[in-house]
Amino acid sequence: MSVLVFAEISDGKFKKASYEAVSYGRQVADLIGSKVVALAMGQGADAGELGNYGAHTVKSISVGEAFTADAYAAAVNAIANEVSATVVIISNTYTGKSLAPRVAQLMNASLATNVVSLPDTSNGFSVKRGVFSGKAFAYVNLSRNSKVLAITPNSFEIKTFGETAAIENSSVSVGSSSINIDAVNKVTGKIPLTEAEVVISGGRGLKGPENWHLIEDLATALGAATACSKPVSDMDWRPHSEHVGQTGITIKPNLYIAVGISGAIQHLAGVSSSKVIVAINKDPEAPFFKAADYGIVGDAFEIMPQLIAAAKS
Amino acid sequence: MKILACISVVPDTTTKITFTENNTQFNTAGVQYILNPYDELAVTRGLEIAEANGGTLTIVHVGKADAEPVIRKALSMGANEAIRIDAEAMDAQHVAEEISKIAEGYDLILTGRESIDYNGGAVCGLLGAILGLPSVNVVTRIDYAGGKFTFDRDIDGGRETVTVAGPCVASAQKELCEPRIPNMRGIMAARTKPLQVLPSQTAGGYSHYDTFELPAAKSGVKLIDPSEAGKLIDILRNEAKVI
Repeated sequence: MSVLVFAEISDGKFKKASYEAVSYGRQVADLIGSKVVALAMGQGADAGELGNYGAHTVKSISVGEAFTADAYAAAVNAIANEVSATVVIISNTYTGKSLAPRVAQLMNASLATNVVSLPDTSNGFSVKRGVFSGKAFAYVNLSRNSKVLAITPNSFEIKTFGETAAIENSSVSVGSSSINIDAVNKVTGKIPLTEAEVVISGGRGLKGPENWHLIEDLATALGAATACSKPVSDMDWRPHSEHVGQTGITIKPNLYIAVGISGAIQHLAGVSSSKVIVAINKDPEAPFFKAADYGIVGDAFEIMPQLIAAAKS
Repeated sequence: MKILACISVVPDTTTKITFTENNTQFNTAGVQYILNPYDELAVTRGLEIAEANGGTLTIVHVGKADAEPVIRKALSMGANEAIRIDAEAMDAQHVAEEISKIAEGYDLILTGRESIDYNGGAVCGLLGAILGLPSVNVVTRIDYAGGKFTFDRDIDGGRETVTVAGPCVASAQKELCEPRIPNMRGIMAARTKPLQVLPSQTAGGYSHYDTFELPAAKSGVKLIDPSEAGKLIDILRNEAKVI
């Protein structure tokens, strides 16, 4: 019996989300009296370092970075069988979201996505997950013997255990897929929104895409990712991939700074799990001030240069 | 070309979410239900591809009779027929199993990226695994030419282009298309289009929702004088310790 953790490798390194998943997996294993096997699929990363985050064993599969859901799921399922995994942990990144349902189906396991808590095993196997696009949480009890948990990035502290893991090369390989990858375009040098610890977000109050340097300059100074409200992406001021909210991306960074966003219920749904929220708006009645920890009532065009200067100092 | 679009019926995006019965039930009082926004994109793009290739689009929904107005809306957008599987949806796995029973023989099966109520985002991958078909998540483009589907899909930190020859499952992401607004002719036609009700064929039993809770309320906003806005950075560094 074991807890299997899918440790995703990107650009030759484990993702931060992979460390979160391994350290989460260790806590699950300690809870149910089991061992952690981390599955490192990819190239270049130092599999041994996963021991520090709680893995007892690391299974390594050397493959290129062409992820296809069908082929990867089959490989993860084969490893799960090999190590008799009863719980499989996958980070709920785009890759994880593609992978977790297929793995659950192949294993005939119960699936929970958007998981934000450790399991409660006092009465069955219950986890807390985000529902209603950030407006609520649910406690769901997983009934099957095997479970697949897709955990929300940025939800769990990365714990270190100072241990070393045994590394085993696996005989399992990633088979061919019916999906042919023609082109991959990664934005380099930019922090992915879902993984960012700090997010600076702009709304209609910025008046036009030409003023986005105010958002970008503050983001650069703070090492943050940039986001926007729905009207802004609908008007094509910013790409849809930056839209956070109920019908966009749900994020939970440590710090979310909303500039010129009123705070409609649909927007708040996507960001309300952020640890600290700052609202900057010239309308003192903007709903965002009710959901924020810190607020500045004033003109973004006067406030942002002050913030950028202070952040650079 | 036969296309199947799987739809969810969800509370309108402006709904204030509350719970009843000791936080064990979603409070449906006064809630307006809509076609899940991502599914609306799946239906629209599915119709465009079906129409361009002389095909048909079938709608499928797992749920009770109260969902029929929304199913009719999907028909009024131009879908040829609809199937309602008469079961109370328990979770994504149950929904996928039910749909899989009627999903044989389609060239393309579309879902939304996720429903905006339970946000599982799993039906696309589950259906793919059950039916033994490739699944392509969060697609922002679907084109069909020469027997092949081409998709653009969101990946972590970017986007990729993939092709699949033959039947597959894909989930719709924003940007895929502009949702089609039904016209009067479509609305009239939808009234008489076939809406078949089929019995449930699976038992589910993967998971059970015990209780719900709302996010903790904020304790109150601390306002900073706009003339001293720079102080915010200091507070975030030293008091909140988040930068």
